Amino acid sequence: MATTIDDHIGQRQHSLLSWLTSRQTFWVLIAVILACAFLSFATDSFATSNNLFNVTRNFTFVAVIALGMTIVIITGGIDLSVGSVLCLCSMVLAVTMHAGYSIEVGIAASLGTALIIGAVNGVLIAYVGMPPFVVTLGMLSIARSLAMVASNNTVVYQFGPDHDKLLALGGGHFFFGIANPVIYMVVLTLITAFVLRWTRFGRHVYAIGGNENAAVLTGVPVKQIKVAVYMISSLSAGIAGVIETGWLGAVTTNLGTGMELQVIAATVIGGANLAGGVGTAFGAIVGAALIEIIRNSLGLLGINAFWQGAFIGSFIIVAVLFDRIKNLRQPS
Amino acid sequence: MPVLEISNVSKHFGAIHALNDVSFSLEPGEVIGLMGDNGAGKSTLVKIIAGNFRPTHGSLKMDGRELVMHKPVEARQHGIEIVHQHLALCDNLTAAANVFLGRELRKGVGPFRVLDYGAMYKRAGELFKELKSETRPRDLVKQMSGGQRQAVAIARTRLSDAKIVLMDEPTAAISVRQVAEVLNLIRHLRDQGIAVVLISHRMPDVFTVCDRVVVLRRGRKVADRPIALSSPEEVTGLITGAIEQVA
Repeated sequence: MATTIDDHIGQRQHSLLSWLTSRQTFWVLIAVILACAFLSFATDSFATSNNLFNVTRNFTFVAVIALGMTIVIITGGIDLSVGSVLCLCSMVLAVTMHAGYSIEVGIAASLGTALIIGAVNGVLIAYVGMPPFVVTLGMLSIARSLAMVASNNTVVYQFGPDHDKLLALGGGHFFFGIANPVIYMVVLTLITAFVLRWTRFGRHVYAIGGNENAAVLTGVPVKQIKVAVYMISSLSAGIAGVIETGWLGAVTTNLGTGMELQVIAATVIGGANLAGGVGTAFGAIVGAALIEIIRNSLGLLGINAFWQGAFIGSFIIVAVLFDRIKNLRQPS
Repeated sequence: MPVLEISNVSKHFGAIHALNDVSFSLEPGEVIGLMGDNGAGKSTLVKIIAGNFRPTHGSLKMDGRELVMHKPVEARQHGIEIVHQHLALCDNLTAAANVFLGRELRKGVGPFRVLDYGAMYKRAGELFKELKSETRPRDLVKQMSGGQRQAVAIARTRLSDAKIVLMDEPTAAISVRQVAEVLNLIRHLRDQGIAVVLISHRMPDVFTVCDRVVVLRRGRKVADRPIALSSPEEVTGLITGAIEQVA
């Protein structure tokens, strides 16, 4: 017995470093830190509080949705509708408040819309058995169209009696000069990480991505969990929509166009595997941060903005390449 | 008293008669080999015992009481555990997580309950030790050998007080040495008074470990004999139809 305990302890000590280095998130985090260090020396403008405020705030919208997307991707699914859902939820919030309702009603309507859309996605995928790609692609189109219908394709920039509250919620900073969206992001990350690691729901999410059939056979409520997962993803888009509305102070119907791809890129760079079963909340945040830092640094270094796509695209490929090399090293 | 009694069970899918009037009983601590060619009705019978299907005709009795099940979870509640053909393991999870999949242990109060990692590692470790398997609870299933994977799937059946364990082709895809391990695990279950139904294509396994062999052909039971009175040749004949039926 003593030997087995020693074995375990020995094994764990040995594996702490190898565990770290085997994590894609770890390497992406290193890349983020190196990039920040480099930029602090190479430019005068990076390490200013103003720029850091901007950087941290800019990536929160993608990061918040990436949290929801990570859960979907862990189950082996995908949600292409998040960009449009963000737009629709912003628009529902804007139109409701513009009509004179309070901010509470506006947010409730907005997040309620998100949950309904997520439920529709989830039911079609889990119970009707349609492929997630197709269902959410359809919803991408539907949600943006509904946003245009709701606003008659106009820009909404007056939010009724609670106008200032909304702007403070998204654009202000309640604590120590940290932008509010960053605080929401940190809280949501902690919640997501906790749910994934410590709850039965989180365990089942990983199980479905690892082997859905096994999950069914062992009595995991796979269908209900799938519906919940798409509702969470939509909800995260809705929350991001509410925050972004407050920050921008105006909503147009092209808000969040193409955002789903940025979000998926962030999750994949952060170590989630599109085949399912792998991914973390922290990874999603780090992935989103890296994308924003690349974007920001290219601007500061005076590189033509047209190069952005090339850099971010290369990082996606390199991140997945890393994963591939790691798997080659440990053949199953 | 038999732990499970199957009486005149038939299962029809439209015009297809997958099972016709099959009866047999299972005593505690008995190992039965269920054999038959592809399409003979083995899977259908297993799915009826596992609660996936309800029989079209006939009935199941457990400990003398009528047994009606609507879904697999109910079979588990009645003490029927299944080791599925492809083991139903999640490669991305640890051995302990797989053992407890769908029945995770939690600690805390009311709605504030979190996974109890410590208790699950400990219990899984005890089960592996009991099964005499060198499987470590914290290892990912992805990194395991076929025998270890079998041990994980079998350890699941030991979480509750199972009365019957159904094993669907447990030795189909593993090495010779690991087959011996699995057969030992089956003997181990038997010694604890658990009735085991072993579905297998491998004649040597059935003749090594089983007390009785039941042969199905085209949905009918064509043999139900103590192993000692049968022979691999006879069983092969029964499976293929070269021998029509034995008492």
